[in-house]
Amino acid sequence: MLLIFLKRVLAAIPVLIIVASLTFFLVRLAPGGPFDSDRAVSDEVLINLQEAYNLNAPLSEQYFDYMSGVIVGDFGPSFRYPGRGVSEMIFTGLPVTLELALYSILIAVLVGIFSGVLAALKRNTLLDFIPMAIAMIGICVPTFLMGPLLVLIFGINLEILPVSGWGNLPGDKLLPSITLGFAYAAYIARLSRGGMLEILGQDFIRTARAKGLSERVVVTKHAMQGGLIPVVSFLGPAVAGLLAGSFVVETIFQIPGLGRFYVEAAFNRDYTMILGTTIFFSSMIVFFNLLSDMAVMFLNPRARD
Amino acid sequence: MNKTSFSLLFLLVFLTSCGNNVSPVDSGLENQIFHFGNGSEPQGLDPHIVTGVPEHHILIALCEGLTSSNPKGGAALPGMAESWSISDDGKTYTFNINKDARWSNGDKVTADDFVWSWNRVLTPSLGSQYTDMLYYVEGAKDFYDGNIDDFSQVGVKAINDNTLEVVLNNPTPFFLGLLSHYSTWPVHKDTVLKHGTIDDRNGQWTRPGNFVCNGPMQLKSWELNNKIVVEKNPFYWDAQTVKLNEIHFYPVTNIMTEDRMFRAGQLHSTYTVPAQKCPVYIEEENPNLSITPYMGTYFYRTNTLNPALKDAKVRKALAYSINREQIVKKVSQCGQLPAFSFTPPGANGYEPETEIPYDLDLARELLAEAGFPNGEGFPVLEILFNTSEDHRKIALAVQQMWQSALGINVELVNMDWKVYLSRESSGDFQISRAGWIGDYEDPNTFLDLMMPDRGNNKTGWANLEYAKLVNKANQTLDQDERYALFRQAEKILIDELPIIPIYTYVRPIQLSPDVKGWDSNYLDHHHPKYIYLERD
Repeated sequence: MLLIFLKRVLAAIPVLIIVASLTFFLVRLAPGGPFDSDRAVSDEVLINLQEAYNLNAPLSEQYFDYMSGVIVGDFGPSFRYPGRGVSEMIFTGLPVTLELALYSILIAVLVGIFSGVLAALKRNTLLDFIPMAIAMIGICVPTFLMGPLLVLIFGINLEILPVSGWGNLPGDKLLPSITLGFAYAAYIARLSRGGMLEILGQDFIRTARAKGLSERVVVTKHAMQGGLIPVVSFLGPAVAGLLAGSFVVETIFQIPGLGRFYVEAAFNRDYTMILGTTIFFSSMIVFFNLLSDMAVMFLNPRARD
Repeated sequence: MNKTSFSLLFLLVFLTSCGNNVSPVDSGLENQIFHFGNGSEPQGLDPHIVTGVPEHHILIALCEGLTSSNPKGGAALPGMAESWSISDDGKTYTFNINKDARWSNGDKVTADDFVWSWNRVLTPSLGSQYTDMLYYVEGAKDFYDGNIDDFSQVGVKAINDNTLEVVLNNPTPFFLGLLSHYSTWPVHKDTVLKHGTIDDRNGQWTRPGNFVCNGPMQLKSWELNNKIVVEKNPFYWDAQTVKLNEIHFYPVTNIMTEDRMFRAGQLHSTYTVPAQKCPVYIEEENPNLSITPYMGTYFYRTNTLNPALKDAKVRKALAYSINREQIVKKVSQCGQLPAFSFTPPGANGYEPETEIPYDLDLARELLAEAGFPNGEGFPVLEILFNTSEDHRKIALAVQQMWQSALGINVELVNMDWKVYLSRESSGDFQISRAGWIGDYEDPNTFLDLMMPDRGNNKTGWANLEYAKLVNKANQTLDQDERYALFRQAEKILIDELPIIPIYTYVRPIQLSPDVKGWDSNYLDHHHPKYIYLERD
């Protein structure tokens, strides 16, 4: 298994190099530059600005300069925010995004697995229909609608929770975590219900029951190990998606996370910031996919080949 | 009690315990802490590098120039300079620096600080974007362009610690107003040099703990994309006037979020009001809605080099068939004023005398004279705008007006902000949406824009008579005579219409009634030293 792990890590390196190179050249192809503004600067000012960021050098030279920086972990200065390095900005936003992702995934896993397993066990009863109907709503209602809805109810009408912020006011982390977690809880509920139903019908479960094991042991010890494999393989990409896709929730709730930097960098043509965040998120996606593959192999002997 | 009901109970207790919190607006009232919605994360806090309005809101609290903005608008008030005199030819300004003026670390503010700071702005490798603010100073442009190496040849000199002499190329009557712009403000030499060189864009001197400046407040903390906190600066020369203890600036990019924050008592003031909410708040007579005049014009640029638009008659036909009253009443709906001139009326007493009639018959006649009777043979006209629902609505209204009045085909093209800017500056457009906000309170900040060689002209329009009049006005000391020249120039502009004015901006915000000392002025400069919080 260690060998597989190492092989996969090695395979990730060319993927990241290709992503970085493609991004480097693609952002340069986009019309407009980092210093365009509605108050146009004169040509001599523009030349001086470009000089300050080495943008007047040939593109190939800039590319090799940049890539050799990246290898030693230097993502360069942000063009949009003078005085800030891209690495610094990533590591300012990252803890916030990670914390949000952690709470959301906790909510998603707890709520999702609980209602999914319950629905599978009580198939075709109200305990199946109601959670699954809610899950369907959770999948269909986008976070940009769910967020403001929750804010209207709990923040503005009931006045029990702050409407925005992260760590500024007590309780302000609750609504964003629920908003983001709920969408994933819905998927997990459906996945775990499906997985559990498949396993519960299998022979070894009947054997376990025939041995006289209690229903609790049958479900938690035997059925869940196999029944939750789809959930585990979903979790890797989900965590990566949570990290990269928290932009909407971060904007609605005014959270200083990484997602906002990522999207705003593209609008600002902040070349180094676009590259830095893209390389960072790609590594995250590769890493979490790898992690969930490993977990699936661990749970499912058939996947180890 | 089983586990589920226990956790439900826990959640309930948790939720209700949050309800007992005092809102930031209420607690701010007690502690004189102002919670300020500030639009977006500032690029930085170096007054010589940044551009933009959110940056201005913070910098006006942290630093101060020779003069300071008058909260009621009009003539500048003393700032770092307690008084000044102007020579008879209007070219030499002598500023007497306030002897009590101190930096936030206690150092004395001297005339040398200004000389060094202006030297910094004009150092090409710093990449300052507002160097043209100082081009009025003798030798400044030559120094920037490298024609002079020695900064002592530039017209700014420290006669002694407390006397600064500035020599201008020409008498520039708006020079004092220009000094209210942050690009002319001083920075603390030792602090800047401790954290980098004179031309270091990435110096760390603006970080909390390092930051030293000379305004009514000083930097306390800066959490990226979360908030910036400034606190009272005890060394400020006029510290006894300052009543606020702290200002918290929140970079809320999403205007709906900002609206909810205000309604939940998390903000004293917002950066703006969502366009769709404005008419609702007006109808409800919402006491928190504040709409004040703002020195800005919303207009359409026409590309006068485009074959379809090079005839002024066509541009007139387009301008005369826009019903501006209807646009402000039915489309923008937030108190904007229809614009019939390029300069916002009343800027420092300047009243434009131009007219743009809404006359469909005349418009059709003009179009026919230009060779397109009933719009026949007129090519498809594109309106370019940056992606925004508000710009789309106005473009839709104009499209409909032009199509029905003139019988021409109009298409809307929306582009991402940077693509829009790049198309506009490369002349790759026919009609393009634009807005301009005055940098200082003088008609010059608008009329100078349309001079032939200006980068922000972007229309290809070059009228020598216009340029002559504006140049002459810029060098005329007598205000009446000067404004008369500007009026003549603006008449030419509105007769040729390289730009089609649509409305004059207003500044709609939500403002808590607790906020006192927030006077309205045309530039929307709110000096924090006059602001305090008090409940009636």
